[in-house]
Amino acid sequence: MPSQAEYEADFVQALRQPQTPPPAGVRHPGSQPPALRFGVYRNNVHVSLVEAVTRLYPVVQRLVGEAFFQAVARRFVGQVLPDSPVLIDYGETFPDFLDHFEPAARLPYLGDVARIEWAWHRAYHAQDQTPLPPQAVARIPPAQVGHLRLGLHPSLQVLESPWPALSIWHTNRHDAQVRRIDRDSGSEATLVCRPDMEVLVCAAPLGTAALVRTLSTGANLEQAATQAVEQPGFNLQTSLAVLLSSGGITAFRF
Amino acid sequence: MTQKTAPSLSTASMAGAFALAVAGAMAAPSAVASSATMEKCFGVSPAGENDCAAGPGTSCSGTSTQDYQGNAWTLVPAGTCEDIELPGDRQGSLEPLDRDLPRQS
Repeated sequence: MPSQAEYEADFVQALRQPQTPPPAGVRHPGSQPPALRFGVYRNNVHVSLVEAVTRLYPVVQRLVGEAFFQAVARRFVGQVLPDSPVLIDYGETFPDFLDHFEPAARLPYLGDVARIEWAWHRAYHAQDQTPLPPQAVARIPPAQVGHLRLGLHPSLQVLESPWPALSIWHTNRHDAQVRRIDRDSGSEATLVCRPDMEVLVCAAPLGTAALVRTLSTGANLEQAATQAVEQPGFNLQTSLAVLLSSGGITAFRF
Repeated sequence: MTQKTAPSLSTASMAGAFALAVAGAMAAPSAVASSATMEKCFGVSPAGENDCAAGPGTSCSGTSTQDYQGNAWTLVPAGTCEDIELPGDRQGSLEPLDRDLPRQS
């Protein structure tokens, strides 16, 4: 008789591979062989997880086509089973999977486009919080600005890609007829936030990710800007404007 | 802390950037009031997200025989990625187009 841990390990292994017989100990009360019933269960696990991944990554599916996407998703599900009983937590590592997926190697931007979709999903399910109206920080004395410490919205995420990932995402998400995009048109930063009911996806200056990362540690604006300004293309004014107008800032203190 | 790049991070320029950012954000439509109309931003309606947690896998429509390993490794991506491979005219940039009707995915 296997131990509980051995039984579970066998069970998981049998879930991954279609040809694997059911783990020892799986019985069927009727006359049907357990392999058949276990096969139905295993297939339902795969189908439901593939469907979850498909719903999460509609832009990736549009980019590669349905047949290819289904094949990738099945391979992913065969390798990565959920580690949480909450289905909305499943699929976070799909972008990393795409990065290393050989048949998609000539689409090097695919993983970063998928990361925008995951960020959208996370923002959608993130905790609600009321953004700070820009007026609230309008009267801060100039000498104090560098000492500002900003509270960030729980849904706020900033992604930077060496590819035009946002442009690719945007046209494939919104346009019935996609625009042609030069994939070598350069890096893009994407800000994702859900200030109210709708998820916003905005362009931001490169370096905004560094700015937000440093601010999230509790550093003040001067420290965060010092980090971010090392990124080529960084523009503090535009970064702050996008953060404020997207509702990414929820509080301030000194 | 040390200041590495003094000109762009003087107190005055930082305060100036901040003031302009606040002014710009105040002039823009409020994200809180009407996020859908935000300048430079666009909202995305959920595409089938709501039933994501409860829907899939709850039927017994599956069989034991679906080929979920597939033989897709001979497939090539055949979606709109082809439009990206084509040399563009570099207009594919960040200006959001007019808001399209939400696609049903």
